[in-house]
Amino acid sequence: MKNTIKQVFHSGKFLVGFIIFFIIFLTCIFYPLIVRTDPLAMVGNGNFFAPGTYISQEEAATEEPYSLNVDASSAKLQAALSVDDLSAMQQWLIKYGGVKESDIDVTDAQKMAELWQAHYDSTVAQPGLIAAKKKYYVRLDKKITAALKDSGVIIADKDADTGALTESKTIKETDFINTGDISNKRTFILGTDNFGRDVLTELISATVSSLKIGFIAGLIATAIGLFLGLLAGYLGGFPDNLIMFITNLFTVIPSFVILILISYSVGNSARGIMMVALIIGLTSWPWTTRSVRSQVISLRNRDHVNLSKLSGHSMMRIIFTDILPYIASYVVMAMILQISSGILSEAQLSMIGLGPATTKTATLGLMMNWAMQYSAHLNGSWWAYFPVVIMIALISFSLNLMNTGLDQVFNPQLRD
Amino acid sequence: MAMENEKKPCLSGRGVTKIFGAGKQETVAVDHVDFDFNEGEIVSIVGESGSGKTTLSKMLLGLISVTEGQVLYQGQPRDIGTNAKKKEYWKNIQPIFQDPFSSYNIFYKIDSVLLDCLNMRGCKNLPYEQKVEMMTEACSFVNLKFAELTNKYPFELSGGQMQRLMIARIFLLKPKILMADEPTSMIDACSRATILDMLLKLRDEINMTVIFITHDIGLAYYISDKVYIMEHGRFVESGPAEDVIINPKDAYTRRLISDVPKIYEKWDLDTVLNK
Amino acid sequence: MGKTMLEISHLKTKYITRFHEDVYAVDDVSLKIEEGKSLGIAGESGCGKSTLALSLMGYYFAPLHYISGDIIVDGVKISDMKPEQVRHKILGNEIAYIPQAAMNALNPTQKIISFIEDVMHAHGIKMTKKEIYDMARERFAELGLPEEVLQKHAVELSGGMKQRTVIAISTILSPKVLIADEPSSALDVTSQKMVIRMMRELMEKGYIKSMIFITHELPLLYNVTDDIMVMYAGQMVEKGTAKEMVFDPVHPYSKGLMGSIIVPESGVRERKLTAIPGTPPNLKNPPKGCRFAERCPYATPTCSAMAIDEKVFDDDRMYRCLMSVRKIREAYGNGDGE
Repeated sequence: MKNTIKQVFHSGKFLVGFIIFFIIFLTCIFYPLIVRTDPLAMVGNGNFFAPGTYISQEEAATEEPYSLNVDASSAKLQAALSVDDLSAMQQWLIKYGGVKESDIDVTDAQKMAELWQAHYDSTVAQPGLIAAKKKYYVRLDKKITAALKDSGVIIADKDADTGALTESKTIKETDFINTGDISNKRTFILGTDNFGRDVLTELISATVSSLKIGFIAGLIATAIGLFLGLLAGYLGGFPDNLIMFITNLFTVIPSFVILILISYSVGNSARGIMMVALIIGLTSWPWTTRSVRSQVISLRNRDHVNLSKLSGHSMMRIIFTDILPYIASYVVMAMILQISSGILSEAQLSMIGLGPATTKTATLGLMMNWAMQYSAHLNGSWWAYFPVVIMIALISFSLNLMNTGLDQVFNPQLRD
Repeated sequence: MAMENEKKPCLSGRGVTKIFGAGKQETVAVDHVDFDFNEGEIVSIVGESGSGKTTLSKMLLGLISVTEGQVLYQGQPRDIGTNAKKKEYWKNIQPIFQDPFSSYNIFYKIDSVLLDCLNMRGCKNLPYEQKVEMMTEACSFVNLKFAELTNKYPFELSGGQMQRLMIARIFLLKPKILMADEPTSMIDACSRATILDMLLKLRDEINMTVIFITHDIGLAYYISDKVYIMEHGRFVESGPAEDVIINPKDAYTRRLISDVPKIYEKWDLDTVLNK
Repeated sequence: MGKTMLEISHLKTKYITRFHEDVYAVDDVSLKIEEGKSLGIAGESGCGKSTLALSLMGYYFAPLHYISGDIIVDGVKISDMKPEQVRHKILGNEIAYIPQAAMNALNPTQKIISFIEDVMHAHGIKMTKKEIYDMARERFAELGLPEEVLQKHAVELSGGMKQRTVIAISTILSPKVLIADEPSSALDVTSQKMVIRMMRELMEKGYIKSMIFITHELPLLYNVTDDIMVMYAGQMVEKGTAKEMVFDPVHPYSKGLMGSIIVPESGVRERKLTAIPGTPPNLKNPPKGCRFAERCPYATPTCSAMAIDEKVFDDDRMYRCLMSVRKIREAYGNGDGE
């Protein structure tokens, strides 16, 4: 036993899978202990805030500024002018401004802007330029002028009686504040979702629920599959035929269709996390039954089982001592796959809106569903669904890797 | 039967048949065979693979049902209808299988195999010291030391040691009949003699009937009193080993013997049947 | 004396297990086969006889590793060659190898004739399909295989026929050495006899120039090969002609092995079989001295203290034992007299 475990951990594939899974598992345990906020609290008013640190604007405005000799205008220009804008400016200057190509340095936005202001005139005849393009150049000119303006922002107090504004403070271009001085800020590593909830916190709690669903579904499927498989394989004859008939029935009808039908008929109100796990577990056992049965049949005629029979042992004892230990490793492997497919089934069900109907907890599938309903994939809010996809992929990848690793240890023929 | 009045038949069969499958897939594995295995005899059933010898052995052990015909135990029709009766029958007939490596449950220490035997013989409630004494005796019968084996797992033993331990098991159970299904085919030639010697010793010590199932006609000749030659589920020839092997009458037996390599006589390679 | 077809001297090879342990499966084995001769290798399971077969082909792929020694096939030293080179240049046309389960190696979707075409192409022999077919038909007829077999798939043939077909295919290029590792052990006695007869014909008709036959069945070896070599724990313990080895073995181990032969011939029932107690040593750390000392009834403390070299006696027989041949024979004489 000890040796087997040692061998299992010698398998590179198993080890990699185990480490990935273990890291996910630890994160699920420790993250909620550190971040104690409600994972489903709606922090943001509005949907899909991009990832980043959000600081209080009011506090930033009232904070005592530091004056830095940083040329803010060039940075502003750099941000305002795209590469396309710069090359359009270059074209205009050469064509209509009479500037030599050698005098233009497209990479330096500051110089370009100065050159532009010196030479650009919207009233100059611009032969060969369509009206839209002319307007574009006017807009570009305004943008540059605005960017180069250094006026600062004026903060005014409102007189309570008269309503007259008196200037109290001017924020200059060279005024900076230390983000460390701001006490009101919030970092959303993965942004917020459509309800304004922190995606990262939500993702962790969703992973916990999805793992729960996968684990319970896998456990149920394996238990049913193991029980029926043992019974069919060991008894043979009529019980075998009956069990295999039912199993084949379940195999022939696509299990996902059954899954949808059951989920639908259970109804919205009854569909909690446990119910979904139960439904998935109850529809995915046939595969385990079939493989356990075939394993038991090949074991049933082994000499040690015959010898056990001839020693007068009861059927129960033979199944528990002479058959189960031999298929235990196989059953563990089957269960790992069942857990993985349980998580995927939940995601599929939730995607089509038949997942757990709950607002108390999130699951990976529900997060995908919400992201899809609020068109996160259309408006470029990748943070709302991409981390979820990665998480699902990582979980099932690590579980499958563990399974392959175990397979190599227990079936030496597969070793390279 | 009439010729052997002084010997009591221990296990007999009348028209014993086993058919697998039904309809088009029907295969007759054992086809109406009659036999009388006498008490204290070593009887060999010789056949090539697929001749039905293992099926017959499983029927005699009561592991699979008999399709047709009757098995008689000590002159009486064998009754193994219920689990209790089966248990009773299995006190009288025990096997040694071909592959010692698959005869053991690898998850349990070998002590449990021997303790099982003691339980079966009704020694369950004896003090542990007495059980150890009995197991030690059984092990020393097969030249093994119990003290060295206890607390070991089957895979820590060699094939020969495992097969000897199987004989120790038989020694503890002392059944009337031993069904030995190719007990030496997976064992090296040097250890084979030891196993055969022990089987002979066991027969002498407790007057056991040994049914020896083999494909090796030389081995059957060496060890047995009586030989049954089996082809396609039927016995084509039977009788004392000396008669059957040295002066075979049936064409199949003759071919079988001529096809085995010889050492003292010339092995004639030209009499090959081109199939 | 014929031309030497295969010669190996002091060959040492090892396996490296998954746990990075060395297993010295072939340790200091030398042998020589002349044209027209056959050599049998006998021994218990795990004595290294199959490893020797793989090793002397120069076919080293993990976990098998070459350590030292020379392999010379018809004057060409192949122990320096790379495994890939050996596969292209030596296997098939110089050395043919038939493992026990060779018959299961036939691709079930291919006809027998296409295997022969593959062999030809793999060795760069330019022949038309018609020429190959004619040649194969002629060879099959010579070996007593029906022509129809060429047009059949492997699944349509019986086990014995499959094995004979595989042997015919592997020797189609008339190799200098045929190495057969238990070629008939999985077959029933009748098919086995036909395989043996075919191998005899291959030798007699000159389709193979020499043969190494490996089996644990001594009566079979006695009937097939000219010489017999007995291996124990990775080493050769005795070598001689088949007759000498079976009826007059010298080494205590071969004596025991020969004493355990059972054949269905009159007089065998009265003989007492020899049993050798104990198990062979673990080849992960083989004993320093004689490897058989632990199980040998004649062993002295000196036996386990020093390595024993091969000794030659009666001109061409070899054995590996501390005692002199005279002393051993005396000991056996006393034993029989008791």
